[in-house]
Amino acid sequence: MAMDLLRFATAGSVDDGKSTLIGRLLFDSKSIFTDQLESVEKTSQDKGHGYVDLSLLTDGLRSEREQGITIDVAYRYFATPNRKFIIADTPGHVQYTRNMVTGASTADLGLVLVDARHGLTEQSRRHAVLLSLLRVPHLVLCINKMDLVDYSQEVYNKISAEFTAFATKLNIPDLEVIPISALQGDNVVTRSTSMDWYSGPTLIHHLEHVHVASDRDLVDVRLPVQYVIRPKSDDHHDYRGYAGQVAGGVLKPGDEVMVLPSGMTSKIAGIDLFDKEIPEAFPPMSVTVRLEDDVDVSRGDMISRVKNAPEPSQDIDAMICWMTNAPLRPRQKLAIKHTSNSARALIKDIQYRLDVNSLHRDLETKELGLNEIGRVQLRTTKPLLCDPYSKNRTTGSFILIDEATGVTVGAGMIND
Amino acid sequence: MTATHADYRLSQLDQLEAESIHIFREAAAEFEKPVLMFSGGKDSIVMLRLAEKAFFPAKIPFPVLQIDNGLDFPEVAETRDRWVQRLGVRLVIASIDDAIARGIVVDDGKTSRNRLQTPTLLNAIEENGFTAAFGGGRRDEEKARAKERVYSHRDEFGQWDPKMQRPELWSLYNGRLHEGEHMRIFPISNWTELDIWDYIGREGIEIPQVYFAHQRRVFERDGMLLTETPLNPLREGEVVTERTVRYRTCGDMTLTGCVESTASTIPEIIEEVAAARVTERGATRGDDRFSEAAMEDRKKEGYF
Repeated sequence: MAMDLLRFATAGSVDDGKSTLIGRLLFDSKSIFTDQLESVEKTSQDKGHGYVDLSLLTDGLRSEREQGITIDVAYRYFATPNRKFIIADTPGHVQYTRNMVTGASTADLGLVLVDARHGLTEQSRRHAVLLSLLRVPHLVLCINKMDLVDYSQEVYNKISAEFTAFATKLNIPDLEVIPISALQGDNVVTRSTSMDWYSGPTLIHHLEHVHVASDRDLVDVRLPVQYVIRPKSDDHHDYRGYAGQVAGGVLKPGDEVMVLPSGMTSKIAGIDLFDKEIPEAFPPMSVTVRLEDDVDVSRGDMISRVKNAPEPSQDIDAMICWMTNAPLRPRQKLAIKHTSNSARALIKDIQYRLDVNSLHRDLETKELGLNEIGRVQLRTTKPLLCDPYSKNRTTGSFILIDEATGVTVGAGMIND
Repeated sequence: MTATHADYRLSQLDQLEAESIHIFREAAAEFEKPVLMFSGGKDSIVMLRLAEKAFFPAKIPFPVLQIDNGLDFPEVAETRDRWVQRLGVRLVIASIDDAIARGIVVDDGKTSRNRLQTPTLLNAIEENGFTAAFGGGRRDEEKARAKERVYSHRDEFGQWDPKMQRPELWSLYNGRLHEGEHMRIFPISNWTELDIWDYIGREGIEIPQVYFAHQRRVFERDGMLLTETPLNPLREGEVVTERTVRYRTCGDMTLTGCVESTASTIPEIIEEVAAARVTERGATRGDDRFSEAAMEDRKKEGYF
C-alpha cells in the first residue's frame, strides 16, 4: 500500500505547549536533524534558557526569534511508515484569525490544544469555531499537561464533556479527545502508563489512521479548466486538451459532460495523465480531458455533468474573513478569484458580523475589521460557477484582492 | 459494482505531483512571461519533469534560465544540457562573469560567487522582462523557507518581505503584480528531500552522476569535505585525500560539501536519506553557514 498524505493545522499558543507538542512529534518520528537540534540547543544556551526551547525550531525568521513571537503560518513535514504529514503551524499571538483561516483552508484535520489545568478557554472555543467554519472534517482536542493534574480522569471527563457539548453547535463531523503530556510524551507517540482509564488512541495512532479519503466528493463532477493544451506540432496536430485539477466526482471516458457557463454538452473522448491514457480521474488528480466534439472551452470554464452542474451566478452570499487593516464596507469594489476564474466584485451588503467566541451575530455593524468574520452579499461582473462551501471546499471558496495594492485581503466561503 | 472511496486514493507522491502540476498550469496561464530557474540539481530536474507533465503533449510554454557561476560541476552542466535538448526548451544563460564584465555586479574578491548570483539573477529577470520565475525551493530545507508562500511576491528591487506576505488559502494563488515587480513561484514547496528521491526513483529520471557514490579527491574545510579543483586553492594545512563520496546538493563547487557514502543506486540513496540525521543544507552548504539567518538574508535580497 502506497504512503498517503494528511494535512493538519495546529492551533494554540506557546503556553498550551503547542511548540513542545510539535517538537515531540517531529523528534519522536525522527524528523528533527542533529544540526537543527544543535542550533536550537546553542541558541537556548545563549539566551540563558534553563531548558532546550523547542519553539526555536519552528520560529524561522530573525524578527520572530528577536521578539519571541511567531509571525506567520509555518509548514512542517514528518512521516511515519504509512503516512506523510504536513503541519500548518499557526501562531497564537499576532494576526490570529487570518493565520488560522489560512492554515485551516487546506487541512484535513485540526488539532486544538488546551491546558488541563485551565480547561476550555475563549481561545480554544474560537479555534474550534474557525475549524468548523473552514469545514475541516476532523478535529482532535488534545488535553495537554495531564501530568500537572495527576493524570486525573475526572479532569479529562469534565473538559471532554464541556467541549463535546460546545461542538454540537458547530459542524464537526469527527471529534476525538486525547489526554496527553507533550513534555513527558504521554499518549503522543507512546501510550501513557499513567492513564490506564484511557482506552482511546495515542495522538500519532489517530493521525496515522484517521480516514480522510472519504472526505472528498466523488459524486458531483467538477473540473475547473485551468489551461487549454494545443501543441501546434505535426505529431499532435489536432490535439486539444482541457487541463485542470479534479475538484469533485469521478470522470470516465464516454461520460456525457456539460461545459459551463456555455451549457454545451459533449462526451469525454479520453483522459490523459502525461503520456498515458487513464480509465478514470478523481480528486485531487491533475489531468487533461479531451472531448468528442469541437466545443469552445477556455480557462475559467467548468466541466461537470449534464444533470449535476454548479449554478452560474453573479450574486454570491458568503462568509468572509477580512485580512487587512482598512475595514471592508458596502459599495467597495474588489477583484475576486474563484477556481480558475477571475472577476470583479461589488460588496452589496454586510448582513452581520460573527463573534467567533460567542457565535453571536452582530446585525448592527456594517463593516468588517481586520481578523473579523461576517456574512456578506456580493455582486460579480460575470457569473461564477459556485457550489456551497459545505459541499465542495474548492468550488465553494474564493479570495478577494485589493485592486490597487494587489494584496489578498479576504477569504470567502459560499453559503448554502 | 459500485466503487468505494478506498478505490479512489492517491498516494502522497501522486498528490504532491498533482499539486505541483496545478501550480505550473496556473502560473503559465496567468503570467505573461514566466521562466524556470534551472540549475541541473535534483530539485530543478524534478521541477522540469513536472512542467513537462503539466503541458504534455505540448512543449513547456516557457524558457529555462541558468545562472552560470563558472563553478558548476561539469557533470551537472552536462545533465542540464541533455535535459534542455530533450525537451526542446529555450535556454537563457546569465553568466556571473559576463555580469562582472558589464559592471552589473562588482567582484571585490571577498564576496562569494554565491552572493554574486543574486544581482546576476535579478538583472536577468529584469532584462528579459520575466514576470514570474519558478524555483525549486522546498519548505523542509530551511526555516526561513518554511514560511514562504508558493507564490512569493518580489518588489521592484527583487526583495522578499517576510512580514508582508500575502495570505495564501486553498489552492487559490494571487498573481497580481505592479510594473517592475515579479513573482517567485515554488511548485515543490511541500516536497521533502525524501519525496524528491522517491520521485526520481519512481520516474526513472536522469540526474547528475555526482549524486551517486564515486571516488573523489577531497579536502576538509570548516567541517565539510570539498572537492579538489584549481578553482578552489588549498589553504595552509589542508590535505587532499581520495575518498568514496556523494553530493546531497549541487551548488557552487567551491562551497558545496560532499558526504562519505557508498550509496550508488537510487534505493541506496533513499535508504541513506531516510536514516540521515543532518539536513542536506546543514551538512553540505557553506553558503548557509555564515549566520543563523544566512538564508533569510539572502532571500530578502532576492536569492532563489
